[in-house]
Amino acid sequence: MAIVETKQIRKVFADHTAVDGVDLATGEGEFLVLLGPSGCGKTTLLRMIAGLEKQTSGDIVIGGKVVNDLPPRERKIAMVFQSYALYPHLTVAKNIAFPLKAAKTPSDQIQAKVQTAASMFGIERLLHRKPRQLSGGERQRVALARAMVREPAVFLLDEPLSNLDAKLRTSARDELQHFQRRLGTTTIYVTHDQVEAMGLGHRIAVMNKGKVRQLGPPQEVYNDPADTFVAGFLGSPPMNFFERGGAIVGFRPEQMLPKAAYSTQEPLVHAWFRVDRVENLGSDRLLYGSLRDLAPDVKMIVNLPFTVHLPITEGQAYEFSVKQKDLKFFDKESGVRIAPRPL
Amino acid sequence: MNAREASAKVAHRTLIVLFSLFAAFPFAWMLITAFKKTNDLLDPNSFPFGYPRGMTLENLRVLFEETLFLRWIGNTVFVGVVVVIITLLLAVPAGYALARLSGTFGEQLGIGIFLTYLVPPTILFIPLAKVVSTLHLQDTLWSLVLTYPSFTIPFCTWLMMGFFKAIPKDIEEAAMVDGLSRLGAFTKVILPMSVAGILTVVIFTFTLVMQEFVYGLTFINSGRNFTVSVGVPSFLVRGDVYFWGSLMGACFIASVPIAFLYNLFVDRFIAGFTVGAVKG
Amino acid sequence: MRIADSPNALARILIAPALIYIGAVIGLPFILSLWFAVSDVTVSSAAGHYVGLENFRSALDDPSFRRALGNTFLFAILSQLIVIVLATTLAVALRKDFRGKWMVRLLILLPWVAPVSLGSIGWLWIFDSIYSLINYALYHWLHVCGPLPGMTPCPVWLGQPRLAMASIITVQVWRTLPLATVINLGGLSSIPQDIHDAASIDGAGFFRTLFQITIPLVLPILLVAVLFGFVFAFTDMIVVWVLTRGGPYDMTQVLASMAFFKGIDGGDLAGASAIALFLFPVLAAAAILLLRLARRAEVV
Repeated sequence: MAIVETKQIRKVFADHTAVDGVDLATGEGEFLVLLGPSGCGKTTLLRMIAGLEKQTSGDIVIGGKVVNDLPPRERKIAMVFQSYALYPHLTVAKNIAFPLKAAKTPSDQIQAKVQTAASMFGIERLLHRKPRQLSGGERQRVALARAMVREPAVFLLDEPLSNLDAKLRTSARDELQHFQRRLGTTTIYVTHDQVEAMGLGHRIAVMNKGKVRQLGPPQEVYNDPADTFVAGFLGSPPMNFFERGGAIVGFRPEQMLPKAAYSTQEPLVHAWFRVDRVENLGSDRLLYGSLRDLAPDVKMIVNLPFTVHLPITEGQAYEFSVKQKDLKFFDKESGVRIAPRPL
Repeated sequence: MNAREASAKVAHRTLIVLFSLFAAFPFAWMLITAFKKTNDLLDPNSFPFGYPRGMTLENLRVLFEETLFLRWIGNTVFVGVVVVIITLLLAVPAGYALARLSGTFGEQLGIGIFLTYLVPPTILFIPLAKVVSTLHLQDTLWSLVLTYPSFTIPFCTWLMMGFFKAIPKDIEEAAMVDGLSRLGAFTKVILPMSVAGILTVVIFTFTLVMQEFVYGLTFINSGRNFTVSVGVPSFLVRGDVYFWGSLMGACFIASVPIAFLYNLFVDRFIAGFTVGAVKG
Repeated sequence: MRIADSPNALARILIAPALIYIGAVIGLPFILSLWFAVSDVTVSSAAGHYVGLENFRSALDDPSFRRALGNTFLFAILSQLIVIVLATTLAVALRKDFRGKWMVRLLILLPWVAPVSLGSIGWLWIFDSIYSLINYALYHWLHVCGPLPGMTPCPVWLGQPRLAMASIITVQVWRTLPLATVINLGGLSSIPQDIHDAASIDGAGFFRTLFQITIPLVLPILLVAVLFGFVFAFTDMIVVWVLTRGGPYDMTQVLASMAFFKGIDGGDLAGASAIALFLFPVLAAAAILLLRLARRAEVV
């Protein structure tokens, strides 16, 4: 395993800048997630670390060695692609063996390593099949087996779960995390799905427009966002924003509860919320409406867990409360987080 | 750039240059020869790539004024236009029918039509020679107009089938819901959308007509009725003497311009070959 | 339902003209050629009399025919073997984008687009016995041969049988290479970039990727292209007619050219049909192979 660092890495295309000066350093054995919307530069950044794209400027350091001029195969990395990129004309066994053959590993060792990799992912019985005979989940495991068989220093994963059915994704996510913790290899993982990011990463690098907006553990990125972009990107349903006193104020839908439901000593802020529409999702109720007095024109969502039994009628206003510390304040122009101020 | 990248680049460039030379050299040579003075042409020691005795337009003048070259071009254009029309009229609807409406039977029919492409003119020209003379079409351009679609239609049907398959069925269905009959959907909605495909068919058909030789040589006897492809090799030879300057000029003129047009459409043709080629 | 709405009726109507035409101009003449081959019909006679397999027998007895049969296979197979190698190399080289690529592609297409007869005449001039450009180079630049007494005479490209065959094969390669290359290029483009990236990360260098990944994946398409080229070379008469007229002394005849001379110049339609029909079994086999390959490559 090794530490991956990028120093002021930049990638400029003819018409736009994909990656605009990113400084990153992973920890040893860390699971680092690059999270952001499409076009934010996360995949380009990953590909530069892999050596599939050449950076316009900046350095990439893997395991203490500057790898700028090294081709992918000399960087001791392995990559799992979104499409899995399995070789369609080779069997699963040959797919997994391919990197070992390329490294001129002796054939008796190849056999053994392929077996180990296959058993780690439970795909031994698939070894003689071709990729087109496999399901999505099975293909993903083959891709992972192929990646780990060379025992690389770094794993790079480019949205490997996005081609799976929603149901499969959760269990695949669990397996993936289990597998990474067990191997302890430094992993960099690209996704646009913030639930995945929160669940998998030791730390998340939230990216937008080629820059890293915030880097930190999931709870920190969620509870202590650095700017409106990070605040709005994480969390589902997304954070509610409104303007007050020359600043932007935000709170999360699940942080607003009926006044009566809060039984805490912490300072609370009260506001009347007018409910326009209720969505009953089973485990939660989503209330669509607006703050009647503070921001009547701004559409907002409040997320009531099923444990709150208060009957809600559409068209009525209710008094809700938010913990003072859950209110986040941002600069009106730049969106950057600022100190709390009175409402 | 390091040494390995640099040498790879050199190898790449060299390869491209060699192949381009191999492919294009005869045509460059045609062009050079067209302007050579006869004395240079017939002097084996004269430097081939230059014009030691000067350039001349005489060969081209002879070609245009004293041979039937222009008439041959006219014949070729006439046959080309008529054959294009016939081909469009028969191949476009057939391609649509095969693409849309006929299920597996249609698929097999499509393959069958395509396979007729493999019964070559070099087998058919013999019986067709008999047929043509029986119909008294011997030595007329109509004999060509009648027989050329036999190799343009199968191929163009297959081409159009590919184009039509690429258009989603939803579009006709939407048109039918909006009030058109199936036939109406085809003529009023699908056809206008397929202009690119139809243009490709036109260019390919015309190119096939220009290239054809066997039927042209078999069915046509008199010089004034030749097409370019046949007239140039047969006629610009008096006895054993080849009028090389005019001959090369003629070859160049009849080959290169159409290549420019063809080049524009070749991508579509290739797309048909590679749909889903790599399963993964 | 009215016809304009009924799918099946409409399909039949739309396809009928093409089918009728093909039946009339390809199907019927083909059957006619079968009749000719077992008859004694000539250009001047009205109909013919049945003679059984006489035409086939006399063809097989004729050494010129046997040679033509051999040449037909030789030219086609040899030229396409060369084309496989060249087309793959060229397609791989053309895969990358570079300046002037459109120009190169145009040049490379020229041999295919130009009428075969005209391109062949160009080569006729290059191979000419006296004025050949190649011989000029051999004599004046490389000093390998020459016309003066005491020197090794320069090759007569179209006059010596082996050389004539090589010349014909060269021209066949020259004119079928573009089609194979362009089709191959299309096949290469359809390989997802991910696969090349994965191979790169997996440690494969240029040649390993080429031979173990790229070529196996385009093989079906490549074979389709080469099969087409084979059929074109196999049934060709034009190159032979222009370059050698089948000479010297019928040594470079192929089935198609022989059929032509016998039937049109000689008037023996029956004998010519018999000769031409020898082409058919190979074509049928090629067609079946083509379909199998095309199905694997999902072309048809």
